[in-house]
Amino acid sequence: METQAYHLSLFITGASPNSVRAINNIKCICEKYLPGNYELEIIDVYQIPEIAQIEQIIALPTLIKKGPSPERRMVGDMSDTAKVLRGLGIVIKD
Amino acid sequence: MTKKRSETSQAAHFSTLQKSPTGINGLDEITKGGLPLGRPTLICGSAGCGKTLMSIEYIVRGALQFNEPGVFMAFEEKPEELALNVASLGFDLDQLMADKMVKVDYVHIERSEIEETGEYDLDGLFIRLGYAIDSIGAKRVVLDTIENLFSGLTNESILRAELRRLFQWLKDKGVTAIITGERGDSTLTRQGLEEYVSDCVILLDHRISNQISTRLLRVVKYRGSMHGTNEYPFLIDDEGISVLPVTSLQLNIDVSTETISSGIPSLDRMLGGDGFFKGSSVLVSGTAGTGKTSIAASFAHSTCLDGKKCLYFAFEESPMQILRNMLSVGMDMSKHLKSGLLEFHASRPTMYGLEMHLVAMHKKIKRFKPEVVILDPITNLITVGSVSEVKAMLIRLVDFLQNERITVMFTALALNNTLNEQTDEGISSLVDAWLLIRDIEFNGERNRGMYVMKSRGMGHSNQVREFIITSKGLDLVDVYLGPDGVLTGSARQAHILREQTGIALHGQAVSRKDREISRKRKLLESKIASLQTEFESVEEELNKVYLEEELKNQILETTRLEMLEKRRGVEGNNKQKSPGSKKK
Repeated sequence: METQAYHLSLFITGASPNSVRAINNIKCICEKYLPGNYELEIIDVYQIPEIAQIEQIIALPTLIKKGPSPERRMVGDMSDTAKVLRGLGIVIKD
Repeated sequence: MTKKRSETSQAAHFSTLQKSPTGINGLDEITKGGLPLGRPTLICGSAGCGKTLMSIEYIVRGALQFNEPGVFMAFEEKPEELALNVASLGFDLDQLMADKMVKVDYVHIERSEIEETGEYDLDGLFIRLGYAIDSIGAKRVVLDTIENLFSGLTNESILRAELRRLFQWLKDKGVTAIITGERGDSTLTRQGLEEYVSDCVILLDHRISNQISTRLLRVVKYRGSMHGTNEYPFLIDDEGISVLPVTSLQLNIDVSTETISSGIPSLDRMLGGDGFFKGSSVLVSGTAGTGKTSIAASFAHSTCLDGKKCLYFAFEESPMQILRNMLSVGMDMSKHLKSGLLEFHASRPTMYGLEMHLVAMHKKIKRFKPEVVILDPITNLITVGSVSEVKAMLIRLVDFLQNERITVMFTALALNNTLNEQTDEGISSLVDAWLLIRDIEFNGERNRGMYVMKSRGMGHSNQVREFIITSKGLDLVDVYLGPDGVLTGSARQAHILREQTGIALHGQAVSRKDREISRKRKLLESKIASLQTEFESVEEELNKVYLEEELKNQILETTRLEMLEKRRGVEGNNKQKSPGSKKK
């Protein structure tokens, strides 16, 4: 389960509860399932409002998996780990 | 919070709600000024009824006419598609975007690409919208169609809560917003957006009856404002949307005593001298081939000759046909077409619904600003709607035209008497003047008789005139009322001929008598002359006798005196007297 590094962008809105939870959750997931094989970028949309249009963002927080393809989007506070993993394309073998 | 806000705003400027004009033809009249300023308005309707077009027109007209920048957030169409759509209406969206008057933001949501992993909100949308609004200072916002969110995201409770927050946020931003929504089965919108947008709801509809489609608009609700409540037909054409308000419900139109000639001098005389009143409505009805179109065309012709504009709606013949036919009765109307005084609009009544005809006519009249409008014939409109619908439509047209002080002439075909009643009944109470042309069949001929059924406010003739169409034009002549009834056509001509012969015979008789009298006078005069000469000769004779008598007496006297002297014989006396006598 290695090959390309995961390139992830997380879009948040300041320090809202959802954003804070999302950061914590995604960090946990990445550390657990993709140790050392990911690059996580956290962007505060409040700071760069024009990014919302460019990245086609409606709901927040949004996590965009830019690589490896295909591109996937996940919205929410990333509390549903199974769904996040499915979105990232990680298959858990237990 | 909302209540408090509205209370304070009401206190600030008493009763009236401020409005944002749409610039869309007719819509501002129905809503008495436009959409509620600073509040969201819902436009809903089924697919293809013009929601997107109406909302984009609101934005574009806002930018062009009212200098108000606008944001169009599209959930369905991409900016390029939108630009193409409005280009068909003659608006350059790209240029407006370059001028920073319009901003189009296309929102792409695809459910298959999105995984929902827990709690979220729509802050992304808020930020996007907020950024778009602030970047151009927008006053107008359109969200088309926000319900698409429901197809992209599944958590309805979040979406509903967020939508409620969105509309409140738009209000707080002070922008006038249009939200479009697809029509649901039992609700106005599929997702019940009307719950959230409660200030103004406009419903668009697209109805098909008798295979003819009509677009209709209705203001379902407009909080804090008066508005028209009817269904108004609207038209989408190359100039955008035009809504037709059912015009004035009052009858307080200024009237005119000015008149306008009918183009037929003898008809003017029949109407009391000068023709129709300006701004009145005239109905010309008659059976087939009685010359209704000729009357209408001659009215148009004379109007144009006066240098006034005339708009001719033909529902039966093409303009070329009318021009050719009118040339045969001595009217050259093509020159008016060239000078731009006359305009033809020929269309089959079945081209679109009745209401659409009305809207289309409305638009053309507003643009062309004619003094005279002709509808030839209105009968054909019956094929599109029922009699009562046609009547309702014509009432509105007449209302509108009277407001604009335009004289209108309708022609109506009457097939037979029963239908005639029906057709005419529809409109006869409405019009100010009604000319009826009747066929008069007599003596193996068909002739046209015309009479003025009514002419409000004019001392019009109550007589039937014969209506004749010649190569020199139209004319009305008196018919003859003989013992056999009304005489027209050749019977009338024969009657005229008979009268003329009578006059000639009479004239001859008179002149013969005159000659006899003069002859008698001459005879008498010659007799008098001869008597005169006779008298003169008698007089002369008598005078001669008288002179002789006097001479004789004189001579006798002298001889007597001489004789007397001789008898006395005195010498002295003789010597004394002789020179005297010698002298004598």
